[in-house]
Amino acid sequence: MFAVENGLQGDPRLQTISDAIRVIPHFPKTGIMFQDITTLLLDPVAFKHVVDIFVDRYKHMNISLVAGVEARGFIFGPPIALAIGAKFVPLRKPGKLPGRVISEEYELEYGNDRLEMSMEAVKTHERALVIDDLVATGGTLSASINLLERAGAEVVECACVVGLPKFKGECRLKGKPLYVLVEPSQLD
Amino acid sequence: MTTIDQENKKPPRSELAVAASLDSEIMATKEDVQDPRIPKIASSIRVIPDFPKPGIMFQDITTLLLDTEAFKDTIDIFVERYKGKGISVVAGVEARGFIFGPPIALAIGAKFVPMRKPKKLPGKVISEEYSLEYGTDKIEMHVGAVEPGERAIIIDDLIATGGTLAAAIRLLERVGVTIAECACVIELPVLKGREKLGETPLFILVTSDAA
Repeated sequence: MFAVENGLQGDPRLQTISDAIRVIPHFPKTGIMFQDITTLLLDPVAFKHVVDIFVDRYKHMNISLVAGVEARGFIFGPPIALAIGAKFVPLRKPGKLPGRVISEEYELEYGNDRLEMSMEAVKTHERALVIDDLVATGGTLSASINLLERAGAEVVECACVVGLPKFKGECRLKGKPLYVLVEPSQLD
Repeated sequence: MTTIDQENKKPPRSELAVAASLDSEIMATKEDVQDPRIPKIASSIRVIPDFPKPGIMFQDITTLLLDTEAFKDTIDIFVERYKGKGISVVAGVEARGFIFGPPIALAIGAKFVPMRKPKKLPGKVISEEYSLEYGTDKIEMHVGAVEPGERAIIIDDLIATGGTLAAAIRLLERVGVTIAECACVIELPVLKGREKLGETPLFILVTSDAA
């Protein structure tokens, strides 16, 4: 579900956010129009809009845990977590988290990757939000949902700044709703 | 706690920051002022022995992030220090600098600039090499992210040998940015990272002898 389908139609902040995202063609490989959010981070007004929209949506949903996917989820997750009074849980590439971890494998276009979470991060039945900068295949978010559910959390929603148009409407990932601010920006 | 003056004069070392070592000894500043938030922040950091390899006592800030009050206090202390000081750039070192940098940047109205490992940033980059125990590594920043004359702070969770922070300083200075201060949650003073930072001041919340 996109923000524009859920109460934010005509909200000028969405255009500001979209305009602040830079498109880099053929990165990391030919044919991919990479959505570069680093330019959004250089625009304090646009960056604040992103956080404000997510905070307004989640502050009354009784969410106690915000999980962010390494590395760009680390940028958007903590400001949201701090504003809604939730803890922040980093979901990391293998071998980065110390202590006891649980890990979840997921498919890439070629081969597999793994995502890890600290075993001490979750209290059973906690209501959790997963955040990343962009959703394309949904593989990373699905792995994140699995990790949190295996640890006993209830995933309330996944949230991304950018999402492919296929995620419009009542689209769900592993049964969980998905909330996206903007579609991919185009090259000028 | 000291403040940074507008002329970017480096305060004497003895007045730099209030710190609490992780075995609960409190070191007072020259003015004998103790920020009451520091002990709770210090105690929220978990030490994991022999990670990532034998002999290393790893300072795990993920437990600080699970403590909503400690995390908020950490950010508040940095924001109070840097707000209204003409800082337009908060540079955060991948990956744990990405956790602390953005909330500070948002609160003080500055841009957030991620400083990343090689090949992660999609656009044109400038890079700076630095030494590791064995070999070298590189840190990168997007061209055009910062402009000459801007004032920056550099954030990371921890300073150990100071190699990464020193490289970040060099990278920003090469494009004409002034680094007002480096800021970390934790310092491991036994590794003497401060010495690599040259004239750039360092602000720390917590020191640990467990290196």
